[in-house]
Amino acid sequence: MFNTGLTSNDLWLLAQGAGMTLLVTAIAVSLGTILGIIFGVLRYQLGPWWALPLTFVLDVFRSIPLLIQLILANAFVNMILVPTLKIGKVSGFTVACGVLAMYTAAYCSEIVRGGIEAVPANLRRASRSLGMSWGQDMWNIVMPLATRVALPSWIGLALGVMKDSALVYIVQVPELLKNTQILITRLQEPLLLLMICGLFYFLISFPIARFGGYLEKRWSND
Amino acid sequence: MIEIENVRKSFGPLEVLKGINLTVSKGEVLTVIGGSGSGKSTLLTCINGLEPIDSGRIKVDGTEVHAKGTNLNKLREKIGIVFQQWNAFPHLTVQENVMLAQVKVLKRSKAEAAAEAEKQLKHVGLGDKLSVYPGRLSGGQQQRMAIARALAMSPNYMLFDEVTSALDPQLVGEVLDTLRMLASEGMTMICVTHEMKFAREVSDRVAFFHKGVMAEIAPPEELFGAPKDPELQKFLAATH
Repeated sequence: MFNTGLTSNDLWLLAQGAGMTLLVTAIAVSLGTILGIIFGVLRYQLGPWWALPLTFVLDVFRSIPLLIQLILANAFVNMILVPTLKIGKVSGFTVACGVLAMYTAAYCSEIVRGGIEAVPANLRRASRSLGMSWGQDMWNIVMPLATRVALPSWIGLALGVMKDSALVYIVQVPELLKNTQILITRLQEPLLLLMICGLFYFLISFPIARFGGYLEKRWSND
Repeated sequence: MIEIENVRKSFGPLEVLKGINLTVSKGEVLTVIGGSGSGKSTLLTCINGLEPIDSGRIKVDGTEVHAKGTNLNKLREKIGIVFQQWNAFPHLTVQENVMLAQVKVLKRSKAEAAAEAEKQLKHVGLGDKLSVYPGRLSGGQQQRMAIARALAMSPNYMLFDEVTSALDPQLVGEVLDTLRMLASEGMTMICVTHEMKFAREVSDRVAFFHKGVMAEIAPPEELFGAPKDPELQKFLAATH
C-alpha cells in the first residue's frame, strides 16, 4: 500500500530509538524521583524560609527551557568540568540523564511536598502520641498516604518527562524522535513516519497510564 | 502518678495555662470540665509532651516530661491519648490500625500484635470489624477503635480529649459506655468532657477550668452539688 522504500531495518532503527527514549526516561525518572522525595521532605521539614536556597535552585531547573538546560549543561560539563577534573569526555547520554533527572526532581519535590502537606495533622499527632518516632510516622503513615495523593501528578510527570526526553537529541542521543527525523530526511515521508513515531510513544506511555489507574483503584480501599 | 506543678503555657500573647497544680494518682478518674478556651485540652497535650510548656513541671511516674533528656517516645507508650477528631489511619484496616504501633514501638511480633488487637477490639465491641477499613465505620466506632488502639499499648494512663464532641448525639452513648467500662476496670484516666452527667457518674474528682486557671476541684457530689466558684456556678447554670 505504501510504496515508500521503508525497510524492516528502518523500523528496527525506530525501535532502537524507542528503547533509548525508554532508557533515558527510566533513569531520569527513577533518579529524579529519589532526589525529588529527598528535596520534598527537606523542604517540608525546613519550612519555607530555611528551604529558600533549595527552592531557588529547583525553581531554576523548573523555569529554564529544557533545551537550553541541555545545551548549557553539555557545554559546562565538557568545556569546564572535564578539563579541570582531568576526566574523560562525558557522553551526551550521561548529560541528558543528569539534566532530565534534575528537571524531574524539581517538579517531583513540589509533588512530594504537596502530598505530605495533604496528610492531616491530627493523624500525625495520633501516630506520635502512640510512641512512634518521626521516622516511623514518616514511613508508616505519611508516605503511604502522601503517595496516594501524589500518584496522579507523579504519573503525569513521568509521562511528561518521557515526551520531553525527545529534546535530548540536541546532545546527540539517538532517541525515538531523532531517529524518526533521520528517516524523514532520507525517505521524505513525514506523515507516515511521524504516525509510526507517535504510535511508539503511545505504546510506551499507555501501560504507564493504565498502571497508575490500576494503583489508584487498588488503593481506594472501597 | 501524674504530678503537675505550676505549669504555664502561652500560644503567642495568649496565656492558656496560668500556673496549674494538679496530682492524679493511680486508679483515679479525673474529669476536667470548663468552657472552650479554658486550657483543658492543652493540658492533656502537655502531659504527653506533644506541646512544650513555658514553665513549671509535669512528672509522669517520676519522669519529667519536658526535661531535656526525656525519651518522649518511650514515655508515650505509658500514656494513651484519644482526641476529639477521629484519626484512624485510613490506609490500614481496623485491626492493622491497632497493630501498627505495637509492632513498631513495642516490637511485638505480628501474631502477638494481631491477637492483642483482636482482644482490645472485642473489648470495645468491634470484634466483627477487624478487616474493615476505617472509612466504613461510623464516628462512634472510629472513636472506639482509637480507644482500642491506645489500650493495645498497655498504657498506665489514658487521656481523653473531648472524645464525644465531634459525634452525632445518638453515637455519644456507645463511646461513653466504653469509657465507663474502663473506669470500672480501674484505669487511671483524665477525661476532658462536656458530658456533665458522665462526669458526675464516673469521676473520683472533677476539675473546673476557667481561662487557664483551675478554679475548683472536688469530688463530683461536692462540685456539682455545692459549687463554690462563681464562674463554675455560672457555667453549671448555663449547661443545665
